[in-house]
Amino acid sequence: MENTSSEPKFTVSAPPHIRADTSVTRVMYSVLAALVPAAAGAVYFFGPRVLWIIVVALVSAVGTEAVVQRLFGRPVTVTDGSAAVTGLLLAFVLPPGVPLWMPAIGSAVAVFVGKQVFGGLGQNPLNPALVGRAFLMASWPVHMTTDWLVPRGGTKSVIDAVTSATPLSVLQDNHRILADPTSTSAQLAQAKQVLMQLHSASAHWHLFWGKCGGCLGETSVVLLLAGACFLLYKGYIGWRIPSSFVGTVFVLSWALGGREGLFSGDPLFNILAGGLVLGALFMATDMVTTPVTQRGKLIFGAGCGVVTAVIRFWGGYPEGVCYSILLMNAVTPLIDRWTRPRKFGTRR
Amino acid sequence: MTKQRSFKGGVHPSAFKELTAGKPIVRVPLPQRVFIPLQQHTGAPAKALVKKGDTVKTGQVIGEASGFISLPVHASISGKVVDVGFFPHPLFRQAEMVAIESDDSDVWEEGIGKSVDIDNLSPAQMREAISRAGVAGMGGAAFPTHVKLSPPEGKQIDTVILNGAECEPYLTCDHRLMLEFPEEIIDGRKIILEILGCQRACIAVEVNKPDAIARLKQSVDGNELISIVPLKVKYPQGAEKQLIHAITKREVPSGGLPMDVGCVVQNVATAFAISEAVNLNKPLIERVVAVTGPGVEEPQNIWVRIGTPVRELIDQCGGYQSGVKKLVVGGPMMGVAQYTDEIPVIKGTSGILVLTAESSPSPPSQPCISCGKCVETCPMGLMPNMIGKLIEHQRFSEAQEYGILDCIECGCCAYVCSAKINLIHLIKYGKQEIRLAGKEKGV
Repeated sequence: MENTSSEPKFTVSAPPHIRADTSVTRVMYSVLAALVPAAAGAVYFFGPRVLWIIVVALVSAVGTEAVVQRLFGRPVTVTDGSAAVTGLLLAFVLPPGVPLWMPAIGSAVAVFVGKQVFGGLGQNPLNPALVGRAFLMASWPVHMTTDWLVPRGGTKSVIDAVTSATPLSVLQDNHRILADPTSTSAQLAQAKQVLMQLHSASAHWHLFWGKCGGCLGETSVVLLLAGACFLLYKGYIGWRIPSSFVGTVFVLSWALGGREGLFSGDPLFNILAGGLVLGALFMATDMVTTPVTQRGKLIFGAGCGVVTAVIRFWGGYPEGVCYSILLMNAVTPLIDRWTRPRKFGTRR
Repeated sequence: MTKQRSFKGGVHPSAFKELTAGKPIVRVPLPQRVFIPLQQHTGAPAKALVKKGDTVKTGQVIGEASGFISLPVHASISGKVVDVGFFPHPLFRQAEMVAIESDDSDVWEEGIGKSVDIDNLSPAQMREAISRAGVAGMGGAAFPTHVKLSPPEGKQIDTVILNGAECEPYLTCDHRLMLEFPEEIIDGRKIILEILGCQRACIAVEVNKPDAIARLKQSVDGNELISIVPLKVKYPQGAEKQLIHAITKREVPSGGLPMDVGCVVQNVATAFAISEAVNLNKPLIERVVAVTGPGVEEPQNIWVRIGTPVRELIDQCGGYQSGVKKLVVGGPMMGVAQYTDEIPVIKGTSGILVLTAESSPSPPSQPCISCGKCVETCPMGLMPNMIGKLIEHQRFSEAQEYGILDCIECGCCAYVCSAKINLIHLIKYGKQEIRLAGKEKGV
């Protein structure tokens, strides 16, 4: 048959021949963009040195990924933005006063041990940034629990009288004092006073806006919410994990978090304080390390909530979000297996 | 407004139907040469009844059915058989075809086109007429229609669904047919009901074709046995199992057929062909094809004789635009990409789609980040991410446990995939390996 020179050459491939306008790279850069308000807030609240922590964490994460991929003979894919997300999230879970070598080491461990040793993007079982944080926590616990800074226009603990720690550690310390039979009556009275202030509406507002001590990215709930709304709108995070995580913490802290029996706790304080919002919106929603099924996501979030509450109320640490997510990451493959969707035309 | 029916999962690709939706179906000059494949349907190929040098009339049987799940094929133009041999086929790469050179007179076989008094026909005779006319499902799968209309003893059909969803982007042939030939479609429905001894029928149309819905409603005015069901615009709304579920809330069991839940689904174009076959004794030798896409100069809906080379249709539409990348037979979600435009139109060809690099990107795959979009959108409730990973590692039996054989290959998973993993490619490959392994065991 005749063959004219104008004959186009056709590409042959399996269908579909059209694709949704999205990519892993775009997901990653969208997450980075969603974290920008909280990052800016951190710089505002804790000063310009926070910017250096962020830069060091980012450079270390991206650099480690590039070097390790080169060494392992894999294609260097740092432009996909996933290492940068890990770096930025790691910076977010550090106290703002840590020395600059800590984000450097933390990011390197996060990317190397948390991600690349498993085969890189998509293969890691645990959230890399939280692996980095857990490593720093185990290695330099003093830095990780004391290097807090006073936020602009506020106090570390949201209470004027207490100047030392974060709201959650103040809560834990004072609960200990109240539970301790050797406490003096003056101590008891002061502890009660502190707790009352902690659970006041003004303290809640401070926590909401970010005028409180804590890790640099977790302070401002409103800025985190702004970023998360963008991701929700884009469909890059779902509502299931954050709502079941936050909802579970809400119910458990209300039911079990108080000192005067069941349902005497302050659920709002427990949601606004610490890393819960950051964790629930940006870490428990990490696609790679969380379930893909709809029911699995609800279970995952609820599991995170339970572990967080258990650690906060009965554990040694004031905060449990990081370990709750890591623990639930570890059981994600099991959750996915248990919650396989019902195949069309079959009974469950 | 009636409730729009729908199913779980699915995607919302841009429809691009405006290219041809407003254009009436046109007739173009008959092709000089047609290539009529002996296999255009699911089942056994027809056996050639003509040889090189024979003269044939339009509508003459040139290949006879070779079994129950098989169909005859007919000459679509009159002229001389110039070859019986292997030529490029839109589905099977190379297949046996009868090449006919036109004598430019289009002389029809005796007895075609004369009205038949169908009141005297028994259901079996009607079914026989449909089989004789070579009618196959015209939505794409091309399953012999008389087989679908022969439910085995004990399977009572209570619902006939005429599928006018046309959920694939770009395609508009069913839309135009419903607009221009609603009476014939409704008449085809009547024949189907009679054959099946069934009472209830509906025509299901996505609500993005309000004119077609209105036109059909007007045509069925007063007939209570047929309803026009508006469907939500969502792909794959027209997939058989999803359509049945949307309308009856019944689920075709895994591995089962629509008749297992008392349903028969026929494409509206098939209903039209059924009407022509029974009323006019007319074999299926032409169909409406949407020649469309951004890569073709002037997209159109065309009455096409079966066997017409695609190249000729493209020329009828003003030729290719620059930057053509893909030639697809069918829609962009499930259609088959072709390596040549010398393939003929066959009974199941609903569209000829010419895509440019811009409209059909081939982005590089990235690692799966388990975003779960594929699981969310899979209308069959599968986990395409797991199936894809298992196939990549050649773990076929595990892929089977994950339901790969239930996959309808609608393409939603690959469409939404953030990592642009070619899931349908993997699934097709996996199914083939499983089939081959099954055959080996069978031997």
